Amino acid sequence: MISSLPLLPPFLPLLIGSIAAILLRGHLRSVIMLLAPIWGALQLAAVEPGLYWAFEFMGYQLEPVRVDKLSLMFGYLFHLAAFIGVVYALHLKDTVQHVSALSYAASAVGAVFAGDLLTLFVFWELLAFTSVFLIWARRTDRAYSAGMRYILIKVLSGVLLLIGAIILINETGSAKFSEIGLGHEGVLNVGAWLIFLAFGIKCAFPFAHTWLTDSYPEATPTGTVFLASFTTKVAVYALARGFPGTELLVWIGVTMACFPIFYAVIENDLRRVLAYSMINQIGFMVVGIGIGTSLALNGAVAHAFNDVIFKGLLMMTMGAVLHMTGRINGSELGGLYKSMPKTTILCIVGAASISAFPLFSGFVSKSMIMSAAIEQGYDYIWLALLFAAAGVFHHAGIKIPYFAFFAHDSGIRTTEPPKNMLIAMTIAAALCVIIGTFPAQTVYALLPWDVVYQPYDLTHVLTQLQLLFFSALAFVWLNKKSMYPPELPSTNLDTDWLYRKLAPSFVVPAYYAITESMAKMESMAKSGIKRLIGNSYDQTKERPKGYFAQLWPTETMVLWVALLLACILLFYYL
Amino acid sequence: MSKEQNKPDFFDKKENVDKIIKVFYVICALLVVADFIVHRHIYHDWENIPAFYAVYGFIGCVVLVLIAKLMRKVLMREEDYYDK
Repeated sequence: MISSLPLLPPFLPLLIGSIAAILLRGHLRSVIMLLAPIWGALQLAAVEPGLYWAFEFMGYQLEPVRVDKLSLMFGYLFHLAAFIGVVYALHLKDTVQHVSALSYAASAVGAVFAGDLLTLFVFWELLAFTSVFLIWARRTDRAYSAGMRYILIKVLSGVLLLIGAIILINETGSAKFSEIGLGHEGVLNVGAWLIFLAFGIKCAFPFAHTWLTDSYPEATPTGTVFLASFTTKVAVYALARGFPGTELLVWIGVTMACFPIFYAVIENDLRRVLAYSMINQIGFMVVGIGIGTSLALNGAVAHAFNDVIFKGLLMMTMGAVLHMTGRINGSELGGLYKSMPKTTILCIVGAASISAFPLFSGFVSKSMIMSAAIEQGYDYIWLALLFAAAGVFHHAGIKIPYFAFFAHDSGIRTTEPPKNMLIAMTIAAALCVIIGTFPAQTVYALLPWDVVYQPYDLTHVLTQLQLLFFSALAFVWLNKKSMYPPELPSTNLDTDWLYRKLAPSFVVPAYYAITESMAKMESMAKSGIKRLIGNSYDQTKERPKGYFAQLWPTETMVLWVALLLACILLFYYL
Repeated sequence: MSKEQNKPDFFDKKENVDKIIKVFYVICALLVVADFIVHRHIYHDWENIPAFYAVYGFIGCVVLVLIAKLMRKVLMREEDYYDK
């Protein structure tokens, strides 16, 4: 049946879904929105690897759709994430969010199937412009300004990508998006670095990460679920395609894996804790891409796949808490297991998955990256990743469920979230367990590179359990000794302080100084001109002071003409 | 709010929590004991240290929390810091 349908560009079904969301209402809209990702995924199952709709543009070959194993894996992932997200958001009547979410998912699909740099650029920018409405849809002042910062940084990333792409196309004569690498000569290297930076900003590299922790927690409860699924994973895909085996990425990745966990421990907004833990998980993927062996790259994309599902699940549970209680700060929550027992269990499944407990999805992908690191002799990197793995359990695995659902009873009594939210979370939780238990039949079957890996052996399971249980023991011990930092209503400074406080404290006075001096110059110039006019114009007699500038009666003119004619006559006779 | 919802729940009773924590301690102890019984593969010299993962996980997390507490002294501001 599927093969009889005309083949469409992979992003089109989701885009059609988003257009339907504009035009339709009620149950019909819900049905179409649910069918769009299913239709898109079935299309992918029918398509053969290769290039489609290639055409010439200004003398360059453009390949808007390239299907291979790597793009297919992300394609399936994004359709799955879109489906879960749509189910989760089904109760909403807000058209803006539905349209934005589906067109955002469509842009992500378009980006991973883009075969050339220009198509990639188009979808890269569309990702930013479609997603920002999910932040603004919260309709608060904080969300508005966070959205503005988000879009500014995203546009910067797009501009860098465009300049880099133009340089690359100019130098190599080909627009194809394939392995780029960093060790080039001259101008070509500048182009490669610009593209690297553009990818890095979207991937939340250290110092460029604050757009993520700033904006995602300000988005709507359902919007954050979509946001957490696409942008950064497109960036991970782009790095895996363009810069595999770039050693610098190992060091960047390990930094990303380690520093956010400190922030996550002291952060109060539980969705911001998850945003920091997202950077931590992406760090693992970036390390895998940097190592660049088949095992490491497989680990990176497998972890991206699993992360979308378990991080989505955690974001959904916290979204449900926010939706039902209107609160998300750890200091105001607690004891919710009494009124939201199902959500609590689903959250614990997500927490177990992100912490990489055996039989949960994180375990089967994170261990690939760890094994690759130790295989390639990155000893200290491996040690740091192990620390990050223990840390992630500490903040995402324990802190999130503990402070939201247990801890001291906050007195909040509510009910379980709407059915559609519960169904979406249940789907994600089931996937976490299925992938974790049967990796070979699920996520491993989609892996782009050929390598055999067996995550489940006695050593692996035992060591991982030791690591996790003793991390938990540290939590219990610190709590018993009252040494665990309490949740406090607070803001923690991060590098966004540079452009939210420091830069304004320079730029705002500078702006006023400049506008004031411009106004001063203007008034000085005006008074100068006035003085000039005043010098040559007699205000009392209302006529210019200069002799020749005065007004003359017509008779004078006639007299002078007559005189002139008389002179000419005289000369004529002489 | 009905009275039913306010009655002490499973986790409100201290003896229940204590029981769970005791089970947890036993599991931790068993995991360390297993380390000496099971012959685990060694990929790196560091792993030869007995119960390496347990020790590393525990120390790592304590250090993590203590450093994070110190970070609060430098980085923590009031909640509406950026809104002003």
